[in-house]
Amino acid sequence: MKRILLGATALASLALALAAEAAEKLKIGVTATLEGTYTVLGEDGMRGFELALRKWNRKAGGKDLEIVVASTDATPDSAIRAVRKLVEQDKVDLVISPLSGSEGIAVRDYAHTRPQMTFVNAASGAMETTFVNPAPNFFRWNMDGAQWQAGLGDYIYKNKGYRKIATVGEDYSFVYTQVFGLAVEFCGLGGQITQRFWVPLGTKDFASIIAALPDDVDAVYLGLGGADAVNFLNQYAQAGGNAKIVGGSIMVDQTVLSSKGRAKEILKGAVAASGMADTWEDPRWQAFVKAYQDAFPPDKRFASPSLLAVNYYNSASATFTTLDKINGDLSDGHKKFRETMAKLELDAPNGKIRLDENRQAIGTNFVTEVVEDAQGNLVSKVVKVVENVNQTLGLPLDKFKALGLPSRTNPECKKY
Amino acid sequence: MARAGAMATGEPGAEGGGLARRVERHPLAALLLALAIVLFLWLVLADWPEELERWLGRKRVFVSALFNGITLGGLYFLVATGFTLIFGLMRNVNLAHGSLYLFGGYLAYSTVQATGLWLPSFLVAFVLVAIVGLLLQVLVFRHMEGQELRQTLVTIGLSIVFADLMLWVWGGDFYQIPTPEWLAGPIDTPIVLDVRPNGEAVYLRYPRVRLVIFAASVVIGVLLWLAINKTRVGMLIRAGVDDREMLAASGVPIQLLFALVFAFGAGLAGMAGVVGGTFQSISPGEDTRFLLASLVVVIVGGLGSIPGAALGALLIGLAEQFGSVYLPTYAIVFSFLIMVLVLAFRPQGLLSVR
Repeated sequence: MKRILLGATALASLALALAAEAAEKLKIGVTATLEGTYTVLGEDGMRGFELALRKWNRKAGGKDLEIVVASTDATPDSAIRAVRKLVEQDKVDLVISPLSGSEGIAVRDYAHTRPQMTFVNAASGAMETTFVNPAPNFFRWNMDGAQWQAGLGDYIYKNKGYRKIATVGEDYSFVYTQVFGLAVEFCGLGGQITQRFWVPLGTKDFASIIAALPDDVDAVYLGLGGADAVNFLNQYAQAGGNAKIVGGSIMVDQTVLSSKGRAKEILKGAVAASGMADTWEDPRWQAFVKAYQDAFPPDKRFASPSLLAVNYYNSASATFTTLDKINGDLSDGHKKFRETMAKLELDAPNGKIRLDENRQAIGTNFVTEVVEDAQGNLVSKVVKVVENVNQTLGLPLDKFKALGLPSRTNPECKKY
Repeated sequence: MARAGAMATGEPGAEGGGLARRVERHPLAALLLALAIVLFLWLVLADWPEELERWLGRKRVFVSALFNGITLGGLYFLVATGFTLIFGLMRNVNLAHGSLYLFGGYLAYSTVQATGLWLPSFLVAFVLVAIVGLLLQVLVFRHMEGQELRQTLVTIGLSIVFADLMLWVWGGDFYQIPTPEWLAGPIDTPIVLDVRPNGEAVYLRYPRVRLVIFAASVVIGVLLWLAINKTRVGMLIRAGVDDREMLAASGVPIQLLFALVFAFGAGLAGMAGVVGGTFQSISPGEDTRFLLASLVVVIVGGLGSIPGAALGALLIGLAEQFGSVYLPTYAIVFSFLIMVLVLAFRPQGLLSVR
């Protein structure tokens, strides 16, 4: 009897000690696409996250940070599985997720069902995520796909003189959003999009699409990413393609420009737009690039950070900064955390970022051209910087709403 | 039974006198087939009238999709033929076949990285993957002969283990085996796509590497057919397909034969991995994609039949490519639709053994 009592006491004190320790720690759940087509994107995203962790010395709001990583493959159901595991099984305190567009819409819907949890978007960029039925506990510190194309349509119409283009994109919400952003600007000036090709995410054989590309256009817009982008370029080179290229934000990005093989050479001279540019001279950006290069050995990273590394870094920085401001106190059901985060202005490597009333980022966008740098790496060189890009692309809200939501065919290519 | 033996190794085996007999027996089917072939040739060779262009779009799109479908079919054939060979002889549904494909691709990538040589990487992939196949047969399948459910479950388990091992060694990255210089870029084919108003003809430019790979898969297919129909080992394999027990009873070292066929089928999958890694790319997940493709191909063509694998591969390749151009939204559905139709009307497969 005595022994049992003793045992029980020991157990109880152990449980107490564990509870005390748990209170000192904050558990952060992160998802990234570490499988499938977008593997390299997820890996570089995690590098960005790691950079933020190191900057904060794995402590925020006076508490040690414990990180739980879950892997997805860019499909909405894999993202839901991953965040469910983080929230329901690992019992994390905050979630930073997800990476890809359609995942974002799914996680926002999940966020509606978990009002006590707060979700900070990691990198996803579909417009609907924050524009339609936004969740009060979902924050997005990166711009959406349409914002990331700000300035591109204008630049290719006025500076490059392109009048007719065709688009090739992966068949899901992020690329719809990118083409949306391009079309609003390019078609608004009088440009024409003659054809839009959509290929399933993870397509391996692009040969027939490549053959179907029209000849009578000034340039071809490519909205592909990761393995799809590299496969396309490889097969395009084999087929002897030589059209002028306009690129989406993850097409002309270090995730593709750093890939092995000759295929990427096709991207030399390509015009693109994104929430960052490899060669921006701003000291904050340069410092970030240096931190990235110092943190990882050259064979374990790209020549310079990708858009994903930047987004993950920013999302993590925003989260940690907010935690610091509220001393890591989440005991009020995240109320203080959300209020503080909504008002935060982030001094990010890619320009200042603040949130609108839907908790969607307003930030800086970059139009770039691909050039070869002194070391022989392909990099995106800034040709134009657009500041304060908001989700309605500078249009009044009702006019923007009238455009409808991004889809395979929307918006129509016409003057608005 | 003797008839089945001839069919197992090839419809072409029944050619010569067989062809005439077949035409006699199914005059309507033969006529339709001949018409279809003529129509296809006309579509490829003729200058398209405007009416047709309005219907099917530009000729270039159509001809490219046709070529792409055929070359993609060549790749599918390489993967599926090993699968169907193993099944035909051993009644063994090897669901780790996709892993062998992926393993071959990774091996070739590492070889090319280390040596810069493309052709020898085929040999490396073939030999090493064949050894894996040999080990699988000797260490695993030999001990569960005839227990199909157990074999199936074990191969699923193995494919998961292999996938994780490969993820461990090569990571989640996607790799592309660089095309050698002499294969890079396009060639001009003599097929006229269009005649410009000034009378100048526009020819089809087509990736060289795809043509070469298709030619290679045809050569492999023909060699395989010859090996099975004209050699002693081939004869033993045919006999084994017909009646294993009888063959074993007549003193043939059947376990050795099984091991050889398994190794060869695995080696073919490994080589297919090199091909796939060259004109597409290899990454985790490709194993299940190609397992699925070979399953669909052999279900359509008929389990155990090599000509069936060729026909199935061609059909699936064409369906995927035409689907991706003409009905992109439903492209993924097409190959499965073909499978469903075959299962509904000819469940044993188009050119099945039994």
